[in-house]
Order: sequence, then structure tokens, then C-alpha cells
Amino acid sequence: MSVSMSMSMGLKGRAWKFGDSISTDLIAPGRYFHLRSNLKELAKHVLEDARPEFASEVREGDIIAAGENFGLGSSREHAPRIIKLAGVSVVLAKSFARIFYRNCVNIGLPVVICDTDKIREGDEIEVFLEEGVVKNHTQGTEIRFTPLPGVMTRILQDGGLVAHIKKNGGFKLA
Amino acid sequence: MATMAEKILSEHAGREVKAGQFVVADVDLAYAQDGTGPLAVAQLKALGRRGLANPEKTVFFLDHASPSPRKELSNDHATLRSFAEETGAVLSEVGEGVSHQRAAESMVKPWDLVVGADSHTCTLGALGAFATGMGSTDVAVAMAMGKAWFRVPESLMFNLHGRFPEGVYSKDLILRIIGDIGAAGATYKAMEFTGPGVRSLGMPDRLTVSNMSVEAGGKTGIFPGDAVTKEYLREQGREEDYREIKPGDDAVYEREYDYDLGELEPMVAFPHTVDNVYGITHKKCRDVAINQVFIGTCTNGRIEDLRVAAKILRDRKCHPGTRLIVTPSSKKVYLQALEEGLIGVFIRAGGVVTSPGCGPCVGIHQGVLGDGERCLSTQNRNFKGRMGNPEGFIYLASPATAAATAIEGRLADPREYV
Ligand code: SF4
Repeated sequence: MSVSMSMSMGLKGRAWKFGDSISTDLIAPGRYFHLRSNLKELAKHVLEDARPEFASEVREGDIIAAGENFGLGSSREHAPRIIKLAGVSVVLAKSFARIFYRNCVNIGLPVVICDTDKIREGDEIEVFLEEGVVKNHTQGTEIRFTPLPGVMTRILQDGGLVAHIKKNGGFKLA
Repeated sequence: MATMAEKILSEHAGREVKAGQFVVADVDLAYAQDGTGPLAVAQLKALGRRGLANPEKTVFFLDHASPSPRKELSNDHATLRSFAEETGAVLSEVGEGVSHQRAAESMVKPWDLVVGADSHTCTLGALGAFATGMGSTDVAVAMAMGKAWFRVPESLMFNLHGRFPEGVYSKDLILRIIGDIGAAGATYKAMEFTGPGVRSLGMPDRLTVSNMSVEAGGKTGIFPGDAVTKEYLREQGREEDYREIKPGDDAVYEREYDYDLGELEPMVAFPHTVDNVYGITHKKCRDVAINQVFIGTCTNGRIEDLRVAAKILRDRKCHPGTRLIVTPSSKKVYLQALEEGLIGVFIRAGGVVTSPGCGPCVGIHQGVLGDGERCLSTQNRNFKGRMGNPEGFIYLASPATAAATAIEGRLADPREYV
């Protein structure tokens, strides 16, 4: 998947609320380790141990709004991949674990660090990555955030790290 | 002058860099395991480049599902075997051991820059390297190009003083640190361990501490390269790999912490987060019945760990309500344990010894918990579902605490046995 992403368009969807410390074990449980080379099947279990109904009810474009340290734990890139595969357009959290954050950008799943406290389950949310604004259409409010560092924005815009390298013939940090 | 993290990244970027800067740096070793390797191979193919930057410095470890319990995983192993065959990458076969232990035993040296598609790659910081876990795509790119991009992290300094009392180990130190600063207390930062107390920590102790730096969110956990490092490399017949590394005199640390090793007690992390830590004498630790004790993993499956556990278990029996599983972290450890008669001690005590690798740590096979069961493990994580069942409960502690607990059938203070 190397579709370039237009960063100026809003990403719009319903919010799913999650709490603090959602680990990669909760996102992509170890007991489905054997499905890692079959991401479509693995995606049927995405976030199963945090919210069992998530995988069957999530819709294309939906947004995750989580608390602190989202994605802590293992380096398994399968975790962000199945979140993306399930249709989630962007993950908002108060903070992210480092490897998970980087993995999201590498596979072209937008991530935003912002205050998610006021977002409620089911709110209609629109995220403008370049402007650094989250609009909550249900509540008529706005949350501002600092856009990603330049290098990450470029990787994301190029559609992930592999597409970035192919396009630029190497890393293009500046 | 610079922190150890800044020094190593500067050397590999070919210019002086400081915390906060973005760099592209040359990587000395890039590896993946059987859970992350197949995706790395797929990404390498998607990149469409021919060959690997350094095949002999590219390693795939078959350690998580080892031996494979299902055909899907056997097929993943086959993918990695044939990719290694095609490209000249190194393959560490089933039974040879956990990636990080194998890398410490024979691959990493001070000043190295290491990336691994496994979050506990930070283990290798114990050797005075900058070693960090990344996802399959980052590591695939590093394998293909010999480079990766980094944001140079700020560093936290952990100043260690004194020495451990009897029955207290480096596992207790790192659990205590994580309990103090929290599971996100070092997010994005490099943890650097220095001070006079560092000298009393042998390489196995350091590996345990660096291993768990990611449980505080750390990008890596670095120890100085010193006489201990030199001795460890000498024992492996590669003393020439030694190079001293220490922080610059006026290096800037974001924060400094002091720990007196002599004041620590055995610690236990309670379910389901690693920072949920209590001293063994806390009333919460009273009468916590344990169904399974697991000794092993990249955290505490080394020969020194098995010696400590065997010393306690010798001529004793596990509690009838408690099963014991021991998994040496590498073939080398296993053979040494056999020679020293430790394996017999575990088996006579009523334990099961499994083949070297990750064992029950990640819930793929062997030692999966039943609903409501409690396990005391020497591993590094106790997340819900970690050992294959979200209805299970995982407690973390040192090998000594694990052995004492196996005997008593409930959380036990190892100081009564040493
Ligand atoms: S022993 Fe456990 S923590 Fe270590 S690499 Fe294996 S699965 Fe990961």
C-alpha cells in the first residue's frame, strides 16, 4: 500500500474510547501469534482483550481516542497494521509508547498526541493533520495539537517508510 | 561532552549530534525473530532492493515458537530459512536460544549501534552499545541499507551506590526503578546506569537491567564499557572487541536518580502492569498462592540465574500445588547447566525443563495459564494475556524469589533460603 496521503484533508469518523496502557498484547494477542502472516485473519481479533466487540463493530474511517502510553509493550508491527486494516483512520492518544508510535508512521497510520479526555464514545471527530486540529463535530469543540516532526510527516505523506525510501532513494530527513 | 547515547550515535552518524536532533546512522547489527521476521522479509521484498547491506550482520532468530507448535509457524520458519539461504543472512535455528541472549554471547560489543525487531533489543545496552527495538519495517530497511534514522534521545542518569544484600538481585533493582518512575517514566529516553555501584554488577546483572529499560518506556538502557565488560568479552574469547565507553564529564542529563543497592529488598510486580511493584515484605504479598513458577527468558534465563534458583531448590521439592517450568535462554546456557548438574536439581524438585528459547513467556506454546491461574515468572512483562490467556495473572520477580515461591506455593521471601 503506497498510496500517498493528502495531509490537508480531514480524517473523519466516529470515536472509540480506550483508557490508559493499552498494550500490544491487548491489540494483537500473543495467542494469535500463528496468524501473523495472515493479517486479515489477525485483524478479526484486533483489540479483542481490551474491547471484545471492537473488531466486529468498527467501521471504515473510525477513530481511536485513547489515554496514556497507547501501544506499550512489544515491537510487533502487526498491532498497528491490524488497527489500520480494520479501517481505523487515525489514532489519538494522550501519549504513545515509542516503538508503536514509530511503527504507525512507518506503515502509514496517522497518530496524534492530544488531550483526549473530553472526547466521548461515538462523537463525530474530524482530524486535520497539517493544521494540528481535532474538530469534535458532536460537541462543537476543537482540540489543538503539535503536528508530527518533519521527518515523520514526510514518511507518512509518502505512504510509509518503504514507499518513502523507494521515492527518495534513501532517507530524506530534511 | 556527551552522554553515552550521544557519543554512540555521533560516531555512527559521522558527526557530533545532540539530544533532539534527527540523524541517519550506520547500524552494526540488525536482527529479527520468528514473530517479526516474516513481515521484515515481506518489507524487504517490497523495497525491491537486491541483497542485504551486511548479510553477516543480519540475523534471524527462531526463538519464540521454538520448536514450532503449529503449521502456520512452521511455514514462517521455512520462510526465514529460505530467505537466509538466498541472501546469506545468519539464521539462529530452533533450540539455539533467545535472540538477545545469543547476541550478547557472541555478536555485540561496546560502541555498537544495534536495531532489532523485538522490543527487548535494549538488552544489549548492557555491553555499552546503543541497542533499541523497532518494528519489522524499520529493521527491514536497516537490513537492506545498513542504516536507520533516529531522533537522538535525551538521557536519564541512574547513579548506583553500594552493593546488593544477600537475596537481592538486579531484577529487584530494575523492578524498583520501574515502580518508582512508572511504565512511561522513561518514554523515548535513554536510561544510562553509572556510579560506583555499577562495578559490583556483573554482565548478567546488567543484561537484566538493560532488558527491562523498555518496561519504563526507555529507548535503550546503557551501561558503561568497563572492566566487567572486558572480562565478559574475554570469557567469550573476543577481548579485542573491548573499547571503553563512559559518559562525558559534563554530559547533560535530563534527570538524575540515585539508588543505594544496599537498601533494596526483593520486589514483585503484580498483574497487569510492570510498574505495579511491591516489596516482598508488603502485606499485599502475604498468602498469594501461585499455580505456576516460570524461570527463564531474555531477562533471567542465564546460567547465573539458574545457579541461584538451583541453589535454593537443591534437595527440596516444589509445593504440590505449584508447577515449575525452567527454560534456559540459550543452548550454551543449557549445556552449562547440564554440566553443573542444575538440570537434575530442577527435575528432581518436580520441575519441567524445556528447550532453549522464549518458552512460555509470550503464550505461544508451553505453560499457557488456565483461567484464574497465577504465575510467578522471571520474565519482563505481566500484561493481561501475555502468557496466552487474558484470564491469567502474572507476577514478576527474580529467579531467587521464583525458586522460593515454587517451594512454598505462594509468594515467598528468598532471603530465608540464601
Ligand atoms: S523471552 Fe520473552 S521477552 Fe524475551 S524475546 Fe522472548 S518473548 Fe520476548
